[in-house]
Amino acid sequence: MKTVIIKYNAGNVQSVMYALDRIGASYLYTDDEEEIRSADKVIFPGVGEASTTMNYLRKVGLDKVIPTLKQPFLGTCIGMQLMCRFSEENNTECMGIFDVDVKRFPATPGLKVPHMGWNNITGYQTALTTGLPDNAYVYFVHSYAAPVCEYTVASCEYVLPFSAILHKDNFYAAQFHCEISGDAGQQILKNFLDIV
Amino acid sequence: MLTKRIIPCLDVKDGRTVKGVNFVNLRDAGDAVELGALYAAHGADELVYLDITATVDGRSTFIDLVRKVAHTINIPFTVGGGISSIADVSALLHAGADKVSINSAAVKNPDLINELSLEFGSQCIVVAIDTRYIETENGREHILHTHGGRKPTELRTIPWAKEVEDRGAGEILLTSMDTDGTKAGFALELTATISGNANIPVIASGGAGNMEHFYDVFTTGKADAGLAASIFHFREIDIPDLKKYLHDKNLPMRMTR
Repeated sequence: MKTVIIKYNAGNVQSVMYALDRIGASYLYTDDEEEIRSADKVIFPGVGEASTTMNYLRKVGLDKVIPTLKQPFLGTCIGMQLMCRFSEENNTECMGIFDVDVKRFPATPGLKVPHMGWNNITGYQTALTTGLPDNAYVYFVHSYAAPVCEYTVASCEYVLPFSAILHKDNFYAAQFHCEISGDAGQQILKNFLDIV
Repeated sequence: MLTKRIIPCLDVKDGRTVKGVNFVNLRDAGDAVELGALYAAHGADELVYLDITATVDGRSTFIDLVRKVAHTINIPFTVGGGISSIADVSALLHAGADKVSINSAAVKNPDLINELSLEFGSQCIVVAIDTRYIETENGREHILHTHGGRKPTELRTIPWAKEVEDRGAGEILLTSMDTDGTKAGFALELTATISGNANIPVIASGGAGNMEHFYDVFTTGKADAGLAASIFHFREIDIPDLKKYLHDKNLPMRMTR
């Protein structure tokens, strides 16, 4: 099986590679369109700021490639947000795979932004969460989130309920960091690689 | 619900943990990777590795260690100790650390906090604040210290905490040198003031001696995370017991078993 991790200007990709090593999966880290198109699975991870990462994807043309991919595709954290229609982070037009707008957590006394740490996800009904216990805890670090919408297949609550996992056709997206989310995160990555 | 975090801290010299460790089931008590993996398996929510090596050789050993830790454990970890430049941070993040903690270098050059958070994102920049409550010309005040808490600065701790947040820190690691090592409990009042003023998470450190101290720092002290070293290393408190105790007292905890 050929798994590609998309190379772009986002950080923290190393942890994703190590997580794949731990579950014994091989991968290619590339921004080459042909390599991406011929992959069996595509992972689009990273941490970063929406406008900077989106501008980079436009510059190298990946913003046109990604929405046309047909194989199972998993975006995480900023990867997820770039798959939405729009982000309030520097008013950024994103790729629009999920027709939903990413919004900043509203300021709320006693609740810090970013939402950083372990929180439980609920109401899941997706291939990604097969075998997870109820209310599994995963690790989040973000200040912006997609509200619960028609594509939400797992949600989380901080200030407001928001989408923890989105799913539409071959596209999956997780707001949290699977790669450092303990055994639950490892299971989710494994489940993604097992999708046929 | 967002949980409170329990964070063991490992001091590392030349790639090995230095504080005595009392885990009989470890093959090598000084093996920082093995100990981190054990804490992760016990339900630690994050780890902190502090490099207390001063030499250049030690630094490259530490980066090798960071790489091994990142390869082995599946929870977030922060690294700190002697970090003073963008290049230092870049090397550690590329080796697989999730966050870096800066201390003296941020005091010497506060612009470094802005530069690092712009370059790598606030989420991975932790500013460590070591503080003591000491006599000054205005009476007793909380004063920022450097060099492992030995050297007082001109800065007052509470405004400094606000400044590091404004400059882009993603998290504060607050160590009270007054309570550190006493096992008499965390500095609750100061932690509550700083965490209450901050819109970024605050990790409380220094003084943990029993499970109730963690309860106090999460409630009265308003801390987002509690850090300790020797009480975990010497197994005076086991992390699964601690998390169960706090969970039973209705604090939101990530229960792994």
